[in-house]
Amino acid sequence: MTTNNAEELLSAYSPEDVLGYAKPVKTSLIIKGKLSRGIVEEISRAKKEPGWMLRLRLRALELFEKLPTPNWVIGLEELDLEELAYYVRPDVKEPAVTYEDLPPEIRDYYDKLGIPEMEAKLLSGITFQFESETVYHKAKETLEKKGVIMLPMEEAVIKYPDLVKQYFSKIYPIADHKFAALHYALWSGGAFVYIPKGVKVTEPIEAFFLIGQSLEGQFEHSLIIADENSYLHFIEGCSAPMLKRYSFHDGAVELYAHGGSAIKFTTIQNWSKNVVNFNNKRGIAEENARIDWIEGGLGSRITYTYPSSILKGANSSSSSIVIQMSKGPYVKDSGSKMYHLAPNTRSKIINKSISVDGGVNIYRGLVKINKGAVKARSHVECQSLILDDHSYAYTYPHNQVEEPSAIITHEATTGRIGEEQLFYLRQRSLTEQEATSLIAIGFIEDVMKDMPFEYVNILRKVIEIEFSKVGGLG
Amino acid sequence: MLEIENLAVEVEGKTILENINLRVNKGELHAIMGPNGSGKSTLAYAIAGKGGYVIRNGKILLDGEDLTRLEPEERALKGIFLGFQEPPPLPGVKLSTLIVAALNKRRGVKDLTKLSSMRDYKAILEGLEKVGLSKSYALREANVGFSGGEKKRAEILQAMLLDPKIVILDEPDSGLDVEGVAKIAEIIGELRGEGKGLLVITHYARIFKHIKPDKVSILVNGKIVAKGGGELAYKVDDEGYKSFS
Repeated sequence: MTTNNAEELLSAYSPEDVLGYAKPVKTSLIIKGKLSRGIVEEISRAKKEPGWMLRLRLRALELFEKLPTPNWVIGLEELDLEELAYYVRPDVKEPAVTYEDLPPEIRDYYDKLGIPEMEAKLLSGITFQFESETVYHKAKETLEKKGVIMLPMEEAVIKYPDLVKQYFSKIYPIADHKFAALHYALWSGGAFVYIPKGVKVTEPIEAFFLIGQSLEGQFEHSLIIADENSYLHFIEGCSAPMLKRYSFHDGAVELYAHGGSAIKFTTIQNWSKNVVNFNNKRGIAEENARIDWIEGGLGSRITYTYPSSILKGANSSSSSIVIQMSKGPYVKDSGSKMYHLAPNTRSKIINKSISVDGGVNIYRGLVKINKGAVKARSHVECQSLILDDHSYAYTYPHNQVEEPSAIITHEATTGRIGEEQLFYLRQRSLTEQEATSLIAIGFIEDVMKDMPFEYVNILRKVIEIEFSKVGGLG
Repeated sequence: MLEIENLAVEVEGKTILENINLRVNKGELHAIMGPNGSGKSTLAYAIAGKGGYVIRNGKILLDGEDLTRLEPEERALKGIFLGFQEPPPLPGVKLSTLIVAALNKRRGVKDLTKLSSMRDYKAILEGLEKVGLSKSYALREANVGFSGGEKKRAEILQAMLLDPKIVILDEPDSGLDVEGVAKIAEIIGELRGEGKGLLVITHYARIFKHIKPDKVSILVNGKIVAKGGGELAYKVDDEGYKSFS
């Protein structure tokens, strides 16, 4: 990141401050109206996709209509699907391969987020989605040389139908819940990555998703397949400018880690405060494979995210580290899920939440150890920090153990900043806000080491800024 | 110079201290001694400005400036340091981060947690050695899992590094072995030598076997019942507080 961009980003109060008010961007197609077969067919037609995908969409639509709204969903009173545009195609014919080819309005967002610098310094590939379509997509030569396939999802559907068919919706099932079904009926955009056997991609690949307008649905689908003994770090970033009304994000991520491979998947969620966010993520790990989820959730009005791993092969392992911050009248409902299906599988869940100014954090986690998952191990740690008396944190951990030789350990703590801690730090000359931010950063310090350095800096700054009233610390 | 004039302090509507008059000059060690519940810690908190310690009457002056209505952090910046009897654990906040933040704040550096000079880090490491803590304590979470004695060492370390005008130490020797007490006493002597005013609050005269106070005030039931020179500390040690009540 250049100093200018970094400073602008860091001194901002929220994504709204970086990106400003939503600006009109030329579109070439908008699909909206009452959700129906016709709408789904229209999306499929617009994408010129094969028949099997249309059939999958229509099956998903039927399921959406049948499935009840999950009883854990709260705060969706305002959501009216009929108001939403399900598909918005920006006026870009094909994904740009050079950044100069992007329409200036989109390029402006892209610049403000500091993405070109990050791309140059940090990444081996990037895909940038605006509204419903990928507008910029670039894989560095090193990726191609290694045989890595990295494509916008719809291009992969057309170019590699057999590979896609084998995995698409097989990891995150269509019928998982009502909004998963909705996602599959309407999906558009997202990234497809295939890493060949033995290939280690050392620089991360990033996908960035931006919602540009109110009353819009974004339903991107990312599918990552790591073949045997390969490695990939994938970073997902989400943001939106200031929207007059709400928008709806209902994306999905599917990971498949073949034998001995490892996938690290990092999400930095910084939607603006008007976005209702469903983030459906699941991965399957074969023998000796590893899946690491990391998620930092800063923005959105309400977020539902439950990174899940299915430990299918013996000796496979997974960790999920989720940090959620709810400041103001916002809700984060999250929780990692680990399914142990095989012997010697290991999982670790760390969930940390900070609630302040009326914010609410909810943890709903699950560790399921099947019979036969001999000597499976799981460790769950939930820590909540509540910074005032009108903010809340709730923890609902759930364990199902059918294997007697398995061991689950669980720690949960809910802390409030003590008067004594505040007075102590004030006696050391810090203001109450500086003291609070020091303790809040300290609270998540130990898990931030797993995040890319650039993001840690942003995260630290956002927290410091969130706790100072106007214009940064000091 | 710290002056306390006619101070009366109330906590939860109850009067704890009354008619307190004290003076701590530059380069002077002033001991406040008293039995449990006599209001010693209340005095320390009232000077530092803790919430809930209501000053009903009187004034606290530092070099002639009235601190009575200032926030705790403003008093700290003016030069008041309080070494806590029981410093609270700060999970996730490294001892070095705490000290760096306090140093940066004093210099007006915006980014509080960023080390602004390697000299600071060097000073922290040397300080740790001096107070008898290993260097690894720089990266330990402040007061988390510290023994009573380690907490006291970390408090006096901060008194050394933050360069205050007045150092108030509330029971600075509790939890320490003889060697530790001698070390704390030695550092108190050095701070006094640098011209700082020290107010050392203690029940027992143990620490004064290593360093003789310049003045002693005896606090019983919220009132100062006797004042004298250093000898008074040894008298209390021999006779207890009975003769003062």
